[in-house]
Amino acid sequence: MTSEQALRPGPGVDMALHRARIEEAERRMRRSGWRRRLPQRGHLVLLPLSIIVVLPFVWMILTSFMTDTEINSIPPPLWPHHLYTGGYSAVLASSDFPYWFLNSLIVSGAAVIAQLVLCSMAGYAFARIQFRGSSVMLILLLATALIPFQLTVIPTFVIFHDIGLINTLGALIVPQLTSALGIYLMYSFFQSFPRELEEAGRIDGCNRLQVFWRVVLPLAKPALAALGIITFIYAWNDLFWPLIAITSSRTFTVQVGLTTFQGEHITHWSQIMAGTTLTTVPVLLVFLFGQRRFIQAITGAVKG
Amino acid sequence: MATTIDEATIARDANRRMRRSGNIAGWAFAGPSVFIVLGLSFIPMIWAGYLSLTDSNLLSAGHFIGFANYAALAKDPTLRQAFTNTLLLAVMYLPVGLAAGLGVAILLNQKIKLIGFYRTCFLVPFVASAAAEGLLFGFIFDPDFGIVNAGLQAVGLPRQGFLQDPSEALAVLAIVYFWTQFGFNIVIYLAALQDIPEEVLEAASIDGAGRWAKFWHVTVPTVRPVTIFLLVWGLIDVFQFFDLVYTTTRGGPLNSTVTLVYYIWQLAFNFFTAGYGAAVAYVLFFTSLIVTVGALAFGRRRRIAL
Repeated sequence: MTSEQALRPGPGVDMALHRARIEEAERRMRRSGWRRRLPQRGHLVLLPLSIIVVLPFVWMILTSFMTDTEINSIPPPLWPHHLYTGGYSAVLASSDFPYWFLNSLIVSGAAVIAQLVLCSMAGYAFARIQFRGSSVMLILLLATALIPFQLTVIPTFVIFHDIGLINTLGALIVPQLTSALGIYLMYSFFQSFPRELEEAGRIDGCNRLQVFWRVVLPLAKPALAALGIITFIYAWNDLFWPLIAITSSRTFTVQVGLTTFQGEHITHWSQIMAGTTLTTVPVLLVFLFGQRRFIQAITGAVKG
Repeated sequence: MATTIDEATIARDANRRMRRSGNIAGWAFAGPSVFIVLGLSFIPMIWAGYLSLTDSNLLSAGHFIGFANYAALAKDPTLRQAFTNTLLLAVMYLPVGLAAGLGVAILLNQKIKLIGFYRTCFLVPFVASAAAEGLLFGFIFDPDFGIVNAGLQAVGLPRQGFLQDPSEALAVLAIVYFWTQFGFNIVIYLAALQDIPEEVLEAASIDGAGRWAKFWHVTVPTVRPVTIFLLVWGLIDVFQFFDLVYTTTRGGPLNSTVTLVYYIWQLAFNFFTAGYGAAVAYVLFFTSLIVTVGALAFGRRRRIAL
């Protein structure tokens, strides 16, 4: 019985081979240039449309290098006459922007690390460990997705106020330590994870934590990358809660800080656009760097 | 005989030990997350329900006043305005957002070059923060120094007030919102389109279906579940519309851009009428819940009927 199984290639091996063959065939077809013969008319719509979509950001970057006089002239020039960096030095020197940026980095960094640990542990437990109450807890966790933050924000403020977290970065970090979406992402990843590897780890004498830490997590890197990227983007961009929880300028995040520019520096558009550019760049870098994972995460969350 | 009993006992013991270790390990792994997520959602949710029956001013608990807040909000003109504005945003954004999302996704679902570049471009506004985008569009649509008015003037059209004109502000916000969100619709539709087996479309072609016939009879029905998902998602998102309003108009001019969440924020954290704010939040919660469940039920019924 066992020898027969050993002689037959397992279903997993077969699929991998199959996939490799398909990939090889595709690669060969691509090399032979078959794509060129396919319809390319889509470009007539897609090219102008995609440029229009990114144009506001191009304008943001261009104006951040213009002087206020250039921006305020009618009509404004479409290109800065020379690379003026006064807007950047003004925003960095005469506002608390450096603090805001650092605070945002701390909060987003803490959120990413905490969610990688806590969401993957919880997702693993729900997918793999049989424990009392697991199915009820999973349903309750997913049900929280239906509760809008606007409903819970007032009591949350009161709770955080009572425990003295308001106006500290802790108030921003605690609600981001874990998330139902993150748990769900890791849960669906671990459900499709091959059991054999864990069993091998158990046989080698590892306990559950060791199996999780040494065997499972290293193989979960794609899912972890996806979770880390969406967590960073979400935490970095959050405005509603930081606006409520933080009142002193040096504890602001970049998003809250940006809103103080509105009205106050109304004619200093160069400075405002410099601040907006600096706020947008980190999140764009993370997105461009991990775009594939980001798309996997959002489409995976929808399909599951 | 004796040996079988022993084996059964050992097996039962091992089983029990396994289950117990499973309980401990399971809760050790999942406990912190469960505690935080449930603690920060269900407890405040119940608390908000109680607050909505008081005249709390955010920092003091306030007195129990029964359903007075709910009676008051039924007659609140600003709340009615906020509801109307939110619904108008949904009506202006959702149909166009879904149609454009599907259209671009169909164009992208071909084996063409630059698909990665296009997808990146369309997703960039979705990824950047609404606060930054609000400021950026406040600048672009600025009546005096904005590039849009400069462009209108250059081609001989009258300058507009945009975000400072009560009759235009909400429409401008809907346009900006469309720009920030439709990349998401594209990506989700694209993923759904890529799941349509090519044989199905080929079979339709062999049966003599033209471009439009294929679109209406193959593509649209296949992506219907995704359309319903995006509709629900979009509605929930519009119901939570806040960041763009806060960074551009702050509800003005003349309350023409007050949305539900903006109003809740104002009530609780600006006017310090937290009890009343909680009542409005509950109305928002039930409205979005009914809409979500309704849309999902509608989607399911349609799928069975077909």
